[in-house]
Amino acid sequence: MKSLPLRTILLLIAMFSIPAFAESGNKSDLADLKQGLDTVWVLLGAFLVFFMQAGFGMVEAGFIRAKNTCNILTKNFLDFCMASLGFFLIGYALMFGDGNGFLGTKGWCLLGLEQTVNGLPLYAFWLFQAAFCGAAATIVAGGMAERMKFPAYLIYSFVISAFIYPIVGHWIWGGGWLSKMGFADFAGSTVVHTVGGCAALVGTSMLKPREGKFAIDGKPNVFAGHNIPLASLGVFILWFGWFGFNAGSTLGVAGGFSIARIALNTNLAAALGGIAAMATVWKRFGKPDLSMAMNGALAGLVAITAPCAYVEPWAALVIGASAGYVVARGVELLDKLQIDDPVGAFPVHGICGIWGTLCVGIFGRESLGLANNGFVYGGNPMQLGIQIVGSVSTVAFIVVGMGIVFKLIDLTVGLRISREEELQGLDIGEHGMEAYGGFQIFSTT
Amino acid sequence: MKLIIAYIQPHMLQDVKKVLYKAEVYKMSVTNALGCGEQQGYKESYRGIKFEVNLLKKVRLEIAVNEDFVDKTIDAIIEGARTGQIGDGKIFVLDLKECIRIRTGEKGNKAIG
Repeated sequence: MKSLPLRTILLLIAMFSIPAFAESGNKSDLADLKQGLDTVWVLLGAFLVFFMQAGFGMVEAGFIRAKNTCNILTKNFLDFCMASLGFFLIGYALMFGDGNGFLGTKGWCLLGLEQTVNGLPLYAFWLFQAAFCGAAATIVAGGMAERMKFPAYLIYSFVISAFIYPIVGHWIWGGGWLSKMGFADFAGSTVVHTVGGCAALVGTSMLKPREGKFAIDGKPNVFAGHNIPLASLGVFILWFGWFGFNAGSTLGVAGGFSIARIALNTNLAAALGGIAAMATVWKRFGKPDLSMAMNGALAGLVAITAPCAYVEPWAALVIGASAGYVVARGVELLDKLQIDDPVGAFPVHGICGIWGTLCVGIFGRESLGLANNGFVYGGNPMQLGIQIVGSVSTVAFIVVGMGIVFKLIDLTVGLRISREEELQGLDIGEHGMEAYGGFQIFSTT
Repeated sequence: MKLIIAYIQPHMLQDVKKVLYKAEVYKMSVTNALGCGEQQGYKESYRGIKFEVNLLKKVRLEIAVNEDFVDKTIDAIIEGARTGQIGDGKIFVLDLKECIRIRTGEKGNKAIG
């Protein structure tokens, strides 16, 4: 009975407002509603992508040794802070500002820009893009884990988010030369993952392997991850966040069919990645290794990121499964080459980022918004060729660009900590605190 | 028969193991230990408050050897664990009365080897 007056009021409001809406239900009201809906959608995506930061943190922490946990989490934390700053001051202008085909030159600190971008408020678009930038920066933390100086990492994370990532982003998403060519990367297999993964490869090769990782005869030693439950939580968080990463990249809800297909494709690829990586490692080494299955799910997600909007569900299954197989073999390959990538950042983000980018040219469909049909639809190699050009030029730019950045950091503040500190653990050495206070960690590596 | 007990820096364990293997000493027990000696503690800080950690993490090695291996083992531990800094650790050598291998019931020198 109490709610009766409230109901009456609501009814009255409804009676008056519905006709009012219908009368003045002109285009501008509907456009407002559309923009509002799209803004909520993109901000939801931004929040989900931001949450992936937690996923990266947990995966990386779980896959490394206990004595470096505080260090890796500090890196994950601070690189998002640095990316937010760098992408606000400089990055956004380089990526989305008007300029030439190579980089943008307007909009430093978001000043002097139109308040509406792609039918969205500038600030909503910025937040979404900044979360992506943070994701690219944090991928590298895992590859360079357990032996990198913390100040060096801070400098690196500012530079990649203010300069390196936005330049590639401008080529592909900011109206630069690759986008003019017809290169398609829907949600960032190249822009985010190839960039992050290749930067991790450059960094980890320059750092050299962790102390004792490879025996004198070249055989890799096992430095087992210290907390598999944390790592699996991280993978689930990433999978969850990826729905925002891919489906949010539509930058709008439209009729809903597109975001639904993207969400479905994203999920299928992750699932098949997990299955394929587990099957591969099971067959090769006799046991279904959880850590590899998790890497496989991430690989599927990375690979579907570029083609998610352009492919049919059956192709998402194929893309996910192939990525799962590729990542399992990629991890083996790096061990063979004696490149020490503690969490598999390059196989997951680099190799599968490239593979996903090429998949656009293989499985993409013109009817789903791509410029040309992919190779499997009529054998037209045009789109695949463009995708190859995009991937190759991005890899080349990152290898050269990040090579110079890491070299300069090495010459000034130094990249690698001392052997003594590495053996003792970076938690004490770099941060003066431990991740598991009150616990006695027993580690023989 | 002697029982050699050594307390070393945890991060030197890998090096010590390497040298011990080179000296053909393959059998050892390793446990976690906390201890304080001349090294004093080190400073940690938590939320701006500095504090001294006095009981330091060490690793305790126990190796039972026959007489002819005593010096070799001690030398190997020193070679692996020594940095020249305070805190490198200590080695104790004790007489060992008996040693029995559970599987076979062998006793003494045979059981150690």
